Amino acid sequence: MSNFMQVLIDGLLSGLLYALVSAGLSMIWGVMDVINFAHGEFLMVAMYICYWLGFILKIDPLFTWVASGIFLFILGAVTYRWIVKGSLGKAAMAPLLATFGLSMLLKNFCMNRFSPNFRLLSGTLLDGKTFEFCGAIISLPQFVTGIFSLIVVAALYWLVKKTRLGWAIQATAMDKEAAELMGIDTEKIFLLVFGLGGACVGVAGGLMTTYLAVHPEVGGLFSLIAFVVVALGGFGSIPGAFAAAILIGLVESFTGFYVAAVLKYVAVFAIYLVVILVRPKGLFGW
Amino acid sequence: MTLTKKDKLWYGFIICAVILPFIPGVIGGGSFFGHVATMILLYAAMAQSWNIISGYGGQVSFGHSVFFGIGAYAAGLAVVTYETLPWYGVPLGMLTAAVVSILISYPCFRLKGHYFAIATFAIVEIFNRLFMIWDAVGGALGLDYPILDDGWKNFSWSDTKTGYYIGALAIFIVVFGIVRWIEKNRMGYYLLAVREGQETAESLGVNSTIVKLGAMALSAALAALCGAFFAQYNYRVDPPMVMSLDMSMKFVLITILGGIGTFWGPFLGALVLIPLQEYTRAYLTHLGAGVDLIIFGIIIIIVMIKEPRGMMGLLSYFNKGKKEGEAKL
Repeated sequence: MSNFMQVLIDGLLSGLLYALVSAGLSMIWGVMDVINFAHGEFLMVAMYICYWLGFILKIDPLFTWVASGIFLFILGAVTYRWIVKGSLGKAAMAPLLATFGLSMLLKNFCMNRFSPNFRLLSGTLLDGKTFEFCGAIISLPQFVTGIFSLIVVAALYWLVKKTRLGWAIQATAMDKEAAELMGIDTEKIFLLVFGLGGACVGVAGGLMTTYLAVHPEVGGLFSLIAFVVVALGGFGSIPGAFAAAILIGLVESFTGFYVAAVLKYVAVFAIYLVVILVRPKGLFGW
Repeated sequence: MTLTKKDKLWYGFIICAVILPFIPGVIGGGSFFGHVATMILLYAAMAQSWNIISGYGGQVSFGHSVFFGIGAYAAGLAVVTYETLPWYGVPLGMLTAAVVSILISYPCFRLKGHYFAIATFAIVEIFNRLFMIWDAVGGALGLDYPILDDGWKNFSWSDTKTGYYIGALAIFIVVFGIVRWIEKNRMGYYLLAVREGQETAESLGVNSTIVKLGAMALSAALAALCGAFFAQYNYRVDPPMVMSLDMSMKFVLITILGGIGTFWGPFLGALVLIPLQEYTRAYLTHLGAGVDLIIFGIIIIIVMIKEPRGMMGLLSYFNKGKKEGEAKL
């Protein structure tokens, strides 16, 4: 029974992490119908920022996530302005491939500068701390990341659903021309959405440095999982992506424990295929 | 006699086919240039096989490394595990790839746009991880070729690589010939019709499912053929090398940078990208790891922003007024 609780809680915690990583991607996809292929590399950049801030300036990632969030907001906005905007509307796959080019650029730049070594911050505030809950041992860094995930997803949802800016974002997502006629500067909205998408993944990357090692390939698996989460949740639906992330986390941890550790990602991608074939637009898609 | 554009393409094709075999004789079989020339032909053929379903058929697949990998493993298993000739593996690999592609695509063709693309990513990851833990095919270590006698029987050469060049050229001619033939036949028109408007095509009596599945099976079989060659050329097969997202992206990038949905696009893409990749890898190593891929990334970004129709789009600037580029995604 305690095994079951442990596996359940581990699954929930990794699900929350995936939700945090995918939230920005989901928003970008929903508003602009663009897949940011460099999403995983954004995550990697954020992790490197917090790693170096922690390593050189000895500032804990518990605080530097603000810095990586802000930097990734700028990186996202710049990516939109210089790369995505130019390729938008030219051909269906052009933005995807342009951001794929960016991902190669970022990944290999970090490979070139920082070497492919795994780097893990030691001696952070939360390092190695655990607590017990219902017979399961929870690692504090993961728990804090999970809390942040809930806050970020809720804040994003509130922003989109309840604020005037959010209504403008929704209007732009539904009909760009009509939104422009209503006086919405859609250009600014796109810029902001890409920036916010970047900021979400920046926060995620910052917090992940408290318990995960950073290396140039770290983005690969996370971006694939984020794509799957977002598609599983349905076109740009933030609650959908959240539910999908939790589902993926649970599938991963239960297969990892009860079937075989090597099969956990096979199960993750297989469950995606099964669901998407039953509901071609995702769980919450319309 | 005036030549139509199509005739010119055909003559260009024949001329290339006649001239290209003599190049390795001029440049020497084992040279680096010979290696680059072989890779150009191989990657052009790979890209063209992808172009069938994704360019002409409009179903952008990121899963072609699965079929490529099946072909590579078929040749590898024939040589390493069953200790026979790779030639027995090739048709089996092509057939398996075609069958697998149909099984995968039949449900996935219901998905639209990015949902289809992400489904194909997921399929690559599943295959990659399954082959990693499947001991019968060597698992994560992959299959290492033993030392074989040189010659066509084993499709293996150690000192002069001219045989590989001829082999790659043969694959190139077969793949491009098949695509040329499709382009001129009913199948090609059906494919284009389905790409441009599936409902319209169906209303005119085109069975879009059969057309797309047929194109996918053919595309997969040809990708498997290229995969078998790749295994023979590299003397080993392992999952990250042949069955990974990186390999899938090569199919996509070469075709798109050359010009998707055009006959010569894949060849142009390979003609520019492969030498670039091989020479930057060879000559920029003093700048540290990954510089070649940084340059590659920058080029992809620039092309996608400036000319998403690729090289064929650039060429269309030169013969302006004649015809707008046919490329369409």
